[in-house]
Amino acid sequence: MNKAKRQFFIASLKTASAVGITALGLGLYSRQSRALPAQAIRPPGALIEKDFLSACIRCGLCVRDCPYDTLHLAKLGDVVATGTPYFVARQTPCEMCDDIPCIEACPTGALNPKLVNIDQARMGLAVVIDQEGCIAFQGLRCEICYNVCPVQGKAISLEIRHNKRTGMHAAQVPIVHSDACTGCGKCEQACILTGESAIKVIPNHLAQSGGSPHYRLGWEEKEKAGKALVTPDTEHQFNLPEGLDYDYAGKGLIKKPLSTDTSSQGVPFSDNPLDTLNTKGAR
Amino acid sequence: MNHLKPVGTEAIQKKGWFVAHKWLLLRRISQFIILSLFIFSPWLASFIEIDLVKGNLASSLTLDVLPLTDPYVLLQSVIAGHWPLMSAFLGAFIVTVFYLLVGGRIYCSWVCPINIITDTAAWLRERLKIKGGIIINRNTRFWLLGFTFLVAFSTASLAWELINPVSIVFRSLVFGIGLAWGIILAIFLLDFAVSRRAWCGHLCPVGAFYSLLGQVRFLHVDAFQRGACNNCMECFIICPEQQVIKLPLKAKQPEISSLIRSSQCTNCGRCIDVCAEDVFKFNLQIKK
Repeated sequence: MNKAKRQFFIASLKTASAVGITALGLGLYSRQSRALPAQAIRPPGALIEKDFLSACIRCGLCVRDCPYDTLHLAKLGDVVATGTPYFVARQTPCEMCDDIPCIEACPTGALNPKLVNIDQARMGLAVVIDQEGCIAFQGLRCEICYNVCPVQGKAISLEIRHNKRTGMHAAQVPIVHSDACTGCGKCEQACILTGESAIKVIPNHLAQSGGSPHYRLGWEEKEKAGKALVTPDTEHQFNLPEGLDYDYAGKGLIKKPLSTDTSSQGVPFSDNPLDTLNTKGAR
Repeated sequence: MNHLKPVGTEAIQKKGWFVAHKWLLLRRISQFIILSLFIFSPWLASFIEIDLVKGNLASSLTLDVLPLTDPYVLLQSVIAGHWPLMSAFLGAFIVTVFYLLVGGRIYCSWVCPINIITDTAAWLRERLKIKGGIIINRNTRFWLLGFTFLVAFSTASLAWELINPVSIVFRSLVFGIGLAWGIILAIFLLDFAVSRRAWCGHLCPVGAFYSLLGQVRFLHVDAFQRGACNNCMECFIICPEQQVIKLPLKAKQPEISSLIRSSQCTNCGRCIDVCAEDVFKFNLQIKK
């Protein structure tokens, strides 16, 4: 190797190494910044975070086209990957525009254009995260989350529960249903608590377990298969006192009707001996 | 080379201040118009019912019809594993064709906001006669360019865009500054004290990308009166890419073109400004 070639090679090696170290640091940093904080919600139709970070080119067109100024573009120093769009539901929730202008604006498809019905959006999932703070759980009437919900009655329902504190009242508590909740965050914004909301939109991957393959639900498997997957139980024979029957899925021990004669119902033996004689042992 | 007077003094005396800063002023106007359009369009839109321009340099929409997308960012996105929509490709295609024809690094000196920072740093450095500093290989930017693609591929994300000063500074000026002032300061200090023209001339992969786009181009600076050169060295001192000037200007053989054909030339026109002998001019010519 002549001297000039060697010098060129060494110079290149030095540069490549310096740049390589920088790139390695950058790679590690990018891993770290991949974690999206739970309070930052992506716009409707956003791809899952891993794909979103390769698809979003940080142009801010969705932010510009949001008519309610809901969306922000993450600034340097924010905890969200810099330049990517997000919103904070407690401050400004998504108003769920019918024409979804943010998706319309996205040039790359980081906000998936296949989402055309805003009710199908899954920006996150509302979770009643602070049941001790939620005044509905204390037995007070609130229902604001239920009332502001754009998918009203479907995404949040009110369930009547026994109020243990008083022992005689009811509590109407909000229950969120993942099959309808879009994660718009209207409920989180509206929650009357002064600090943090008792109901919060959490990214779906954090809010939902996805079930477990270890536990197969018998009734679902039965429906899928069209029949029970285990050998059906043999009919149980109860040796009960005469005149009694056992309804084991329902009422428990019940008295058998004695005869069609209404006057003698509920009594093992009729006062009239002829009734007994005439049933011919068919009891 | 031991200048007592600041660069351009002679040109200012001979041509007047405005002529001796003509291209610099035009470039600043261009940079400020582009930046202001992005900043004030959303506000203007409430009066004129249309957005003049939306978005930022990564991708924008002009007058609600013309999509423009930075091909470098889009390429990173594709390498990271995302296949974008047609709109982004169309925008990148338009931008690519423009820079191919006019000259890739026109972006650096006429559009990029970082240029204002690094020009200021270089000006101050020259005024305060700060010399020396870390020596950086000019090819570092091409290595860095390659590595940004490698990082995009290996992390499957736009990792470089997390720290890319070029896109961060422009975006933060349009959408809110955040901590981006730190980047502005860092770039300034780098160019001012650490190494001359370090960022734009040695490190920036965006500039490297656009210089690769500048292989075919029509617009060149032409040392058309190189015979009149009096070796005052002012063009060389002011030039952010000094290596591009020497060959066309100092060629002994007449068959060597007087056009500055190196794709690293940013077409900033400062050499035209500071030359008291009017050796340089812009020349539209297809590369032969």
